[in-house]
Amino acid sequence: MTQRWPIVLFALVMAALPLIPEIPPFWLVLLNNIGLAALVAMGLVLLTGVGGLTSFGQAAFCGFGAYTTAVLSTAYGVSPWLTLPLALIVSGLAAVVLGLITVRLSGHYLPLGTLAWSLGLYYLFGKLEFIGRNDGISAIPPLEIGSWRMLDPGSIYYVIWIAVILSAVLTTNLLDSRTGRGIRALRRGHIAAEAFGVNTARAKLLVFIYAAVLAGLSGWLYAHFLRAVTPTPFGVHASIEYLFIAVVGGAGYIWGGVLGAVIVIVLKEILQSYLPLIFGGQGQLELIVFGLVLVALVHLAPGGVWPWLAGLLPFKRRPPRIDTSLQLAARPATELPPVLLQLEGARKQFGGVVAVNDVSFSVKPKEIVALIGPNGAGKSTTFNLITRVLDSSAGRIIVCGTDVAGTTPQQIARLGVARTFQHVKLIPDMTVLENVALGAHLRGRSGTFASMLRLDRGDEAKLLAEAGRQIERVGLKDQIDQLAGSLSLGQQRIVEIARALCVDPVLLLLDEPAAGLRHMEKQQLAALLRQLRDGGMSILLVEHDMGFVMDLADRIVVLDFGTKIAEGTPDAIKTNPDVIRAYLGAAA
Amino acid sequence: MLEGEPALNTTILLFLLQDGITNGAVYALLGLAMVLVFAVTRVILIPQGEFVAYGALTYATLAIGQIPGTAMLAVVMGLVAFAFDLFAARKAFRIKTILRAIAVDIVFPVVVLALTWGLAGRYNAIPVNIALSLLIVAAIGLFLYRIAFQPIAHTSVLVLLIASVGAHLALEGFGLIFFGAEGLRGPAISNAMITIGQLQITGQSLAVYGITIALIVALWLFFDFTLYGKALRATAVNRLGARLVGIRTSLSGQMAFLLASVIGAISGILIVPITTLYYDTGFIVGLKGFVAAIIGGLISYPITAAAAIVVGLVEAFSSFYASNYKEVIVFTLIIPVLVLRSLAAPEVEEEKE
Repeated sequence: MTQRWPIVLFALVMAALPLIPEIPPFWLVLLNNIGLAALVAMGLVLLTGVGGLTSFGQAAFCGFGAYTTAVLSTAYGVSPWLTLPLALIVSGLAAVVLGLITVRLSGHYLPLGTLAWSLGLYYLFGKLEFIGRNDGISAIPPLEIGSWRMLDPGSIYYVIWIAVILSAVLTTNLLDSRTGRGIRALRRGHIAAEAFGVNTARAKLLVFIYAAVLAGLSGWLYAHFLRAVTPTPFGVHASIEYLFIAVVGGAGYIWGGVLGAVIVIVLKEILQSYLPLIFGGQGQLELIVFGLVLVALVHLAPGGVWPWLAGLLPFKRRPPRIDTSLQLAARPATELPPVLLQLEGARKQFGGVVAVNDVSFSVKPKEIVALIGPNGAGKSTTFNLITRVLDSSAGRIIVCGTDVAGTTPQQIARLGVARTFQHVKLIPDMTVLENVALGAHLRGRSGTFASMLRLDRGDEAKLLAEAGRQIERVGLKDQIDQLAGSLSLGQQRIVEIARALCVDPVLLLLDEPAAGLRHMEKQQLAALLRQLRDGGMSILLVEHDMGFVMDLADRIVVLDFGTKIAEGTPDAIKTNPDVIRAYLGAAA
Repeated sequence: MLEGEPALNTTILLFLLQDGITNGAVYALLGLAMVLVFAVTRVILIPQGEFVAYGALTYATLAIGQIPGTAMLAVVMGLVAFAFDLFAARKAFRIKTILRAIAVDIVFPVVVLALTWGLAGRYNAIPVNIALSLLIVAAIGLFLYRIAFQPIAHTSVLVLLIASVGAHLALEGFGLIFFGAEGLRGPAISNAMITIGQLQITGQSLAVYGITIALIVALWLFFDFTLYGKALRATAVNRLGARLVGIRTSLSGQMAFLLASVIGAISGILIVPITTLYYDTGFIVGLKGFVAAIIGGLISYPITAAAAIVVGLVEAFSSFYASNYKEVIVFTLIIPVLVLRSLAAPEVEEEKE
């Protein structure tokens, strides 16, 4: 929940700037350039800083926007206002095509892929006849409102900055929503996001298109501001500069994009006008200094300038108020099948290693089953097979009557299976509340546009209320607004449980939930789990703390080297000679 | 040059093949260097192009008897690197470390500069010029890692990439100051010419092939059969693990940059007799090597080398059939490869920071 007045204040200041008497037109040109760059950088913030997808091709999307309007308004005489939606659509479509190819690239291939098509497109812009090859297109008509022709930098200034502020507000809204949580989980928690029903492939494509449309908007404005387009500003160097702007400002922050644009464009201007005076105009000194500053900057402030500046500013984020009286619709009360989870000869091989060797067991409604075994027994791998993080090599796994072969983690979540992870997978730079609300992702409806326009508030309030309730239930009410990364490991595990509860699951998979907890906390956790079971939930848990397991579980399955060696009640397992041998290594 | 030729005949075919393979061999070298650097340091080496240009233009400048500005740059960068080394050693001040820093950061570039001063114009022999060019660029590559990358070696690939871009811009700017906007050509290593039927092979092409193959074999031997090579690979796989078993990862990074800069300079010296190079040509040449490196997945040396030859051939033939779209074709070539690779490889977990 961000405060509104700083943005209003900013908008007022920006609106007043051109009214300063005798302001040099050159300043307005500079401000226009800053606005244009800020739009592209804002898209990059979402794409790279938040979503973790580095793109070297944003300038090319500016090109799509600029050339669309340039061609339509010069060759076909279409009004610039009509070309605006077309420019955005063309950039968006280009992003769909390029995104479908590149977004699924993993790791470093993605930036490299964008670099490749960005180079290709740049050369293409310079070769195509109908967009004027390297000469580009000139004599583009200015924007007009009635008889007001926006020819001077002072008039299009308003259009540019309205676009910047509007985009910033819409983007802020988007990030502070159900869809936004999915996007923010892309960079540092996409496996967890998938497990709670976020379609990460779609979320990636979404931010890719979003960033491209912002770049297209900037391109459209650019064309009508300079009233001529050539390929140069849409090349790789420009793309790199946009990336630079985002990193300088603070790639994780929307206003970092704007701040970065101010810093970089003003710095370049100063370098270009003063360096030759100092050093006597030799060579491209500004290029050298620019490069050196770039290197120095990532050394000194890899997080950018905005977080530092935001710390100095007087306004702070207000934690959202939660109205816990709101209720999300519960899972429709259908008759549960007699067996919730059934493994039949489930198998997983990694090359020659058999991690899970033809394991069969089942979990019935209202039952706590523990999966135990020495380290490396294949317990977490079994979890990953059930939740489809991994493909099983053979065998059948049936969840609530559905064979999971060929399904996605999202579909498993939809079936009512929620999980926690052995290695905690929270998004460290989101608050506890936001992390937990991610668990309720599938229970919300609002999409991208609704979130941007704040039409999602009713839905969102219910999601947050549910998250708040679950946090209270696991006893972390005091930590609700802290960043998840600042919690102790034990508390983070509990946050994961709260997140899983937000799914309103029928089957809860807990991977070592008691690790890192103190004695009292373990007892509270055991009490909570019993309460959940009595409320109708089934729980499958992996745990090493034998005292905890023996007190809690209704039934225990023992794995050793991937193979099931025993199954039975806690008392039977305690005296089972195979189990004792597996744990102690000797015949008892 | 061949624009407007109506049809492909044997002579042209052979010419294009040879042209493509020669360029491809150079791209292979650059691609290999990029793979090497990425594997060891996770830096995507955008300044590779500057190593090419520096090597070529330093060599060409020496050939006309002048002292290249790069020799001075090496000394200045050495001084900065020395300051960095002193700063890094401020808590554990050991004589041995300081002596090493003095030897590497100060004595080495100063001796190279002195040699350049003493030899340039007086002993204008090709081997001498080549040796000096390689030494100068090697020093620059080494110090570049020390200054720009070693202090942030633990950060994310993105941050390293931004630093890499910064280094590229700065070095390109220096290139313009040192060598001017005019292009230069250097003397050929060999002026021999062999004619086999319709095929004419220049000694320069043969030198390109020979040196490329020799370097590829040397890299392969180095990485697969020497302890040091294995240490570099270990660093690539797991920095922390490598440090725990006693490998000095900062040395590995310096080594990788040293090798990459020497390979870049060699590539430049090989092509500068064939085509005129400008201070900023390196970027595009480097990027084509980069295309090959990406096709090789930034991992595989043989695939990278093969891909580089394909890039060279595609470039040669598209300059014949669709010269306008030559660059478009070369750079979009990697997209289908990337798609195939990402389909084949499972998605990896998000980057750790």
